[in-house]
Amino acid sequence: MITEKTNQQSGMRLMIRRFGVWIGAALLLVILPQLFDSGFAITMMSEMCIAIIFSLSYNMLLGQGGMLSFGHAIYYGFGGFIAIHAVNQVTEGVVVIPLELIPLVGGVAGFLFAILLGYISTKKAGTTFALISLGLVELVVACVLLFPSFFGGEEGVSGDRMLEWSITGTGFGQPIEVFYLIAFWLLVATALMYLQTQTPLGRMANAVRDNPERAPFVGYNIHLVRFFQFALSGFFAGIAGGLLAINYEIVNSEMIGALASGHVLLMTYIGGIGYFFGPILGAVLYTFLHLTLVNITMAGQLYLGVLFIVIILYAPNGMAGILMVHQPVWKAGLIKRLIPLYSAALGGGLVAFLGAMIMVEINYHLSLSIEPDAPMQLLGLEFLANSWPPWLLSIALIVAGYFILKPVIRNIGHKWNELTNEMQGGQTR
Amino acid sequence: MTTEYALSLENVHKNFGGSEIIRGVNLDVIKGERHAIIGPNGAGKSTVFNLISGYYHLSEGEIKLNQQSIFSLEPHQINRLGLCRSFQVTNLFANMSVFENVRCALLWPMGYKYSFWQLLGRQKALNDRAHEIIELINMTERSYIQVGVLSYAEQRALEIGITVAGGASVILLDEPTAGMSSSETEQAVELIKKVSEGKTLVVVEHDMGVVFDLADRISVLVYGEIIATDTPENIRNSQAVQEAYLGKEEEEGN
Repeated sequence: MITEKTNQQSGMRLMIRRFGVWIGAALLLVILPQLFDSGFAITMMSEMCIAIIFSLSYNMLLGQGGMLSFGHAIYYGFGGFIAIHAVNQVTEGVVVIPLELIPLVGGVAGFLFAILLGYISTKKAGTTFALISLGLVELVVACVLLFPSFFGGEEGVSGDRMLEWSITGTGFGQPIEVFYLIAFWLLVATALMYLQTQTPLGRMANAVRDNPERAPFVGYNIHLVRFFQFALSGFFAGIAGGLLAINYEIVNSEMIGALASGHVLLMTYIGGIGYFFGPILGAVLYTFLHLTLVNITMAGQLYLGVLFIVIILYAPNGMAGILMVHQPVWKAGLIKRLIPLYSAALGGGLVAFLGAMIMVEINYHLSLSIEPDAPMQLLGLEFLANSWPPWLLSIALIVAGYFILKPVIRNIGHKWNELTNEMQGGQTR
Repeated sequence: MTTEYALSLENVHKNFGGSEIIRGVNLDVIKGERHAIIGPNGAGKSTVFNLISGYYHLSEGEIKLNQQSIFSLEPHQINRLGLCRSFQVTNLFANMSVFENVRCALLWPMGYKYSFWQLLGRQKALNDRAHEIIELINMTERSYIQVGVLSYAEQRALEIGITVAGGASVILLDEPTAGMSSSETEQAVELIKKVSEGKTLVVVEHDMGVVFDLADRISVLVYGEIIATDTPENIRNSQAVQEAYLGKEEEEGN
């Protein structure tokens, strides 16, 4: 890339500007498991990396192609099942595939199933597409029961990832070794998916999303554009599925069903479908919350659902959208003027959330715990769920939070107008 | 010597439900001419465009593009045979820049098809051509602006730019100057003359000034039928056309 004539230094700078993000991401992936080396942390980071690939592949449909799928886990799941079967075939000595390439087997499986099922579903976009995807989930879930030899029935299919064959000579007995394999595939898959957005097909997928009426009049068959985009998306979902199979050494029907498809929709939307990096943020946050909340509360899924609704209503462009809105303010050096208001909003939000959370937890305790009358524990405090003080506190906190938030949100609006005017004024002068 | 037709419609019919909107249109567009279709509101001008471009399917009849039958083809197939159209309502790729819009219109004609192994940024010929088209429509300074924030006249100009970008030999423009001020219209007409050079142009237009300025021949469409096709001068003097436009009540009764 750097010619002899180019000044070494500026060539270096160009390299950093072009590949800096990727180099930084690679370094981060190398360093993170050294910093956080507990078993739980490694598991979580592995799952985050897989979720990122899965979520980015989902956004190839939703964000880039305008196809809202409720069944993307089908290709993730088939990637997982085929990968685990491939692992078992290698163990039995039928085929020779090094473990490092098993995710690719998953990818090809996802690709082929996406070709098989995608041709029909991509004929139409919009509601029709969404409904067909829902129908396909039902179809596949029915197949899980029909073909127990392939899907392993209820307990699923397990395998042993410690294969004889390995390119790197790694045994993959340690979770951290698997993490590095996942991280490698994460970088490869993310880079490929990013590059895909810069190709003719990627661009026409945007065009078909924006205006399916016009696209045929620039020569494109919109069905085929969607179909090819869909097939590629299935490929990357399959890679993610293959990695999950390696990570847990077991694949079951949960991975292929509607719930898994729902998870990927939620995390992608929370991250932001309008930006390439949105799903990365979403996958990291969602996986983190999902894994931690499940350990501390029965209401974990409820909080995630609330987060999703809040995002849909108040930040439809997701976390990435929130970040990007602040980019010009950041560049103009005005972000510090928002900090006091944002801190107040965060404080008010926390107060209200605390109140709501107490109420949710009390109710969960009363209706789901074995002994509703026994004292419950929350945030290190022990109290009776059916006594009145926690209820009063909860309501008081919600009300207080509301009265803190209301003026703060109004002031944030004013501040935004002020800053916008200032930035525009600065430009014209 | 026979005249070579770029486009010919033979006895074209179109029904929507029970009502017949196009009732046997016959139209021959000579290769290289600028042909205008005029007619009162609701005469079916846009429907004729939608039929030619494959957006609607014919109920009956035959359409030929460069002597080749196209009546059963899909819009993208007709487009690939060298016919491109604009829309009456601005119909762009809204979330993209001017440059991206034009580039999208160039992808298929320049043979990129469904490629996912070539990076757009590296396709010099493609990007140069896109810039040329943008220069042709005088929008160079606006290249990287999202089309949603362009002025109306600019959007219309881009609409024309996208339509001609692919190098189609037959261009259909649906009311290219609708809603423009007179100075904008003047510019638009100049642009249309410039981009349609050496090509066949069919234009639907309400503005008679534009029609008489642009067209080599004019067809008058009234209630789903072409009642006259002739030179602008003869059309201007035609009794039948005058009546159609003035809307003689007793004729309507038939």
